[in-house]
Amino acid sequence: MDSCNCIEPQWPADELLMKYQYISDFFIALAYFSIPLELIYFVKRSAVFPYRWVLVQFGAFIVLCGATHLINLWTFSMHSRTVIIVLTTAKVLTAAVSCATALMLVHIIPELLSVKTRELFLKNKAAELDREMGMIRTQEETGRHVRMLTHEIRSTLDRQTILKTTLVELGRTLALEECALWMPTRTGLELQLSYTLRHQNPVGFTVPIQLPVINQVFSSNRAVKISPNSPVARLRPLVGKYIPGEVVAVRVPLLHLSNFQINDWPELSTKRYALMVLMLPSDSARQWHVHELELVEVVADQVAVALSHAAILEESMRARDQLVEQNVALDLARREAETAIRARNDFLAVMNHEMRTPMHAIIALSSLLQETELTTEQRLMVETVLKSSNLLATLINDVLDLSRLEDRSLELDLRAFNLHSVFREVTNLIKPIASVKKLFLSLNLAPDLPEYVVGDEKLLMQTILNVAGNAVKFSKEGGISVCVSVAKLESLRDARAPGFSPMPSDNHFYLRVQVKDSGSGISPQDIPKLFNKFADSQSLTSKNSCGKGLGLAISKRFLSLMEGHIWIESEGLGKGCIATFLVKLGIAERPSEPEQLYSHFPGLQVLVMDGNGVSRMVTKGLLVHLGCDVTTVGSSEECLRIVSQKHKVVFADVGISGMDGYEVVSVLQDRFSARHQRPLIVALTANTDRATKDNCLRVGMDGVVLKPISLEKMRSVLSVLLQNGTLRETRY
Amino acid sequence: MDLTQMQRRLVDYTSSLFREGYLDDQFTQLQQLQDESNPDFVFEVVTLFFEDSQRLINELGEALDQQNVDFKKVDAHVHQLKGSSSSIGAQRVKNVCVIFRNYCEERNTERCMRCLQQLKHENSLVKTKLETLFRLQQQILTAGGSIPMWSE
Repeated sequence: MDSCNCIEPQWPADELLMKYQYISDFFIALAYFSIPLELIYFVKRSAVFPYRWVLVQFGAFIVLCGATHLINLWTFSMHSRTVIIVLTTAKVLTAAVSCATALMLVHIIPELLSVKTRELFLKNKAAELDREMGMIRTQEETGRHVRMLTHEIRSTLDRQTILKTTLVELGRTLALEECALWMPTRTGLELQLSYTLRHQNPVGFTVPIQLPVINQVFSSNRAVKISPNSPVARLRPLVGKYIPGEVVAVRVPLLHLSNFQINDWPELSTKRYALMVLMLPSDSARQWHVHELELVEVVADQVAVALSHAAILEESMRARDQLVEQNVALDLARREAETAIRARNDFLAVMNHEMRTPMHAIIALSSLLQETELTTEQRLMVETVLKSSNLLATLINDVLDLSRLEDRSLELDLRAFNLHSVFREVTNLIKPIASVKKLFLSLNLAPDLPEYVVGDEKLLMQTILNVAGNAVKFSKEGGISVCVSVAKLESLRDARAPGFSPMPSDNHFYLRVQVKDSGSGISPQDIPKLFNKFADSQSLTSKNSCGKGLGLAISKRFLSLMEGHIWIESEGLGKGCIATFLVKLGIAERPSEPEQLYSHFPGLQVLVMDGNGVSRMVTKGLLVHLGCDVTTVGSSEECLRIVSQKHKVVFADVGISGMDGYEVVSVLQDRFSARHQRPLIVALTANTDRATKDNCLRVGMDGVVLKPISLEKMRSVLSVLLQNGTLRETRY
Repeated sequence: MDLTQMQRRLVDYTSSLFREGYLDDQFTQLQQLQDESNPDFVFEVVTLFFEDSQRLINELGEALDQQNVDFKKVDAHVHQLKGSSSSIGAQRVKNVCVIFRNYCEERNTERCMRCLQQLKHENSLVKTKLETLFRLQQQILTAGGSIPMWSE
């Protein structure tokens, strides 16, 4: 026997089994070697693989396993000890690496699993975000629809168009089958079908407003799903077997102008709503989505606003049309009235003239007749004729005055005058008549009565004459007393007149004139009639057939023009009467005939232009006597040469034709632009005719003075000139 | 004659002039203008008037002597004379001037000639009267008195 170091295989070589083992080991080794190769290859290819060193470890493990199996191949036949050693080494190494790998995998696998979890999480997240984006997109689309709808609705102010547009647009946006709008009737007890999308002209369906479904919709501002079978949704007769689509209803508040208070948003406690019903297409599986409902709600609100705007516009257009109509009518009326007034004035003017001419003839000839030889009878007759015609003349004047008063063509001639002298004149006028009737006449002027006042002297005198004259006329015995005073504030308020609101001011005062007579008196019920035109005199005085006529009416009108008032009191027939009137007068600041004349005008530079040497000298003498510094010139050329700003006054003789003087004025007006620089130009003329005076004033002279002029007159002329800057307001 | 008598005579004479219409109120005005600063005012004015009136009368004579009388010019002269005479208060002269102007408008040469004669007459009359007046005044002044202001 050989004692070789060969190791005998443990089992007897079973040839087939051995062969299979051999082949398997071979393939295992092959696989084990190729796996790492594959791994390396693919890992190299991939970009991200965090566990490289794990791979190495794993690779080593596989390789070693493979090596083990490979080496095993040699153990099937006789093998030397080296092989065994190598095999053992390989097995040892493999064991080591396997254990290491096993240990390592304990760490790795959880991590790998967690990666998987994260991946799942991210996938979910991605799905969620996708969903959200989908929602946002939907919302944005809804918003766009709303904007578009609102734009459509608000682009018109016509109510019909608004409603129609709403329905059309909603129908289009939401792909609805039918849209309907129910409006409340005038009584508010029913809803009437006003508009639909499909039906062009809906026949007036109405439903009572108190249906529960309607109440449900009206009580909330959300879009509410209602049953397709409810009366508001049943617009077409049910046909066969179609399943109606879902129906939604929403309320549309109808706002009125009165709902919009200033600083207040419209109260939605308005009771009036309209109902908008929207139906999805039937036989479709569509359902109302939330965003669609929101869309509907928003649109309903917009519609409400648009409708109220339309209503307001309609209202204002209607009001405007009404105003235009009224204006046209008023204009027409005014023009007619004006025509009437003009016609009347023309008539009056003509009649006045026509009436006055014969009147004049009658009066003139009657008075002439009076001068001739007449029998007593004849004289009496002529006197009566004269008296009657005088009366008639007065009446004609009164009529003209009154008509002028009525259309306000009578203007007050406000001027300063002496109040005391007015009353004195009146008394002087009345005294003769009074003394003939044996009546006493007393005039009482209050001590605080201003002497110079501003007002219409002529009208005032006429009024006083009228009142006092009436007093005398209607008294047969006794006397007349006239009391004139300044009205106190309390007595102003006491004035028995509605609508008379006296307003005393600084420059004005109210004059109070009271005329008491002891005549026939007036019964209280006749008093209001007194001031009416053509009051029936029969009831007032039985004997006197000459009635009051227009006198008192005119006086009343005069007084109201002068912001005054008149009233009459009487205790009854036979007990006399008291006529009182108030009139507003201005206080004259300076008296018209200045009491305080300047007596001397030292240093006043005056230029005298006169072609006549003697006149020149006389005028110069006058002025020198008054202290002026006088320069004389003989012609207008010389005048224009010499005149300068230092001359304050120029006296110009206007000569025969007046050319010289006029020329001077126009040249001076050109030369001196500002009025205060120009010397005051006064014409001196011996011509008393009005034409000369008018011409002088027309060319712009500051005054006209008649020659010859006295010293006093010259003094007052200069005073007035220097105080007023013109002579035009005074009479020379 | 003593002062008082002279003054009395002056007053009487002056009032007679006014009464007879030779002078009017304007003359009084002129007299009022005479004061210490202007002692000879009236005399100067009157003298000027007579110079003026003489010139005007001469020119009137010439104008009326023409074959074709220029009434416009005549009227202008008369107007001047009227102005002057009214300025000093020569009333009668002024009145004649007024009538004269009417005839001028009528272009009545004969009547105008007659007015001219009348003018000459009145002019010399009033001149004489005023000269007397001034002489009386001068007498009083030389006698040391003052001229009484005639006022009515």
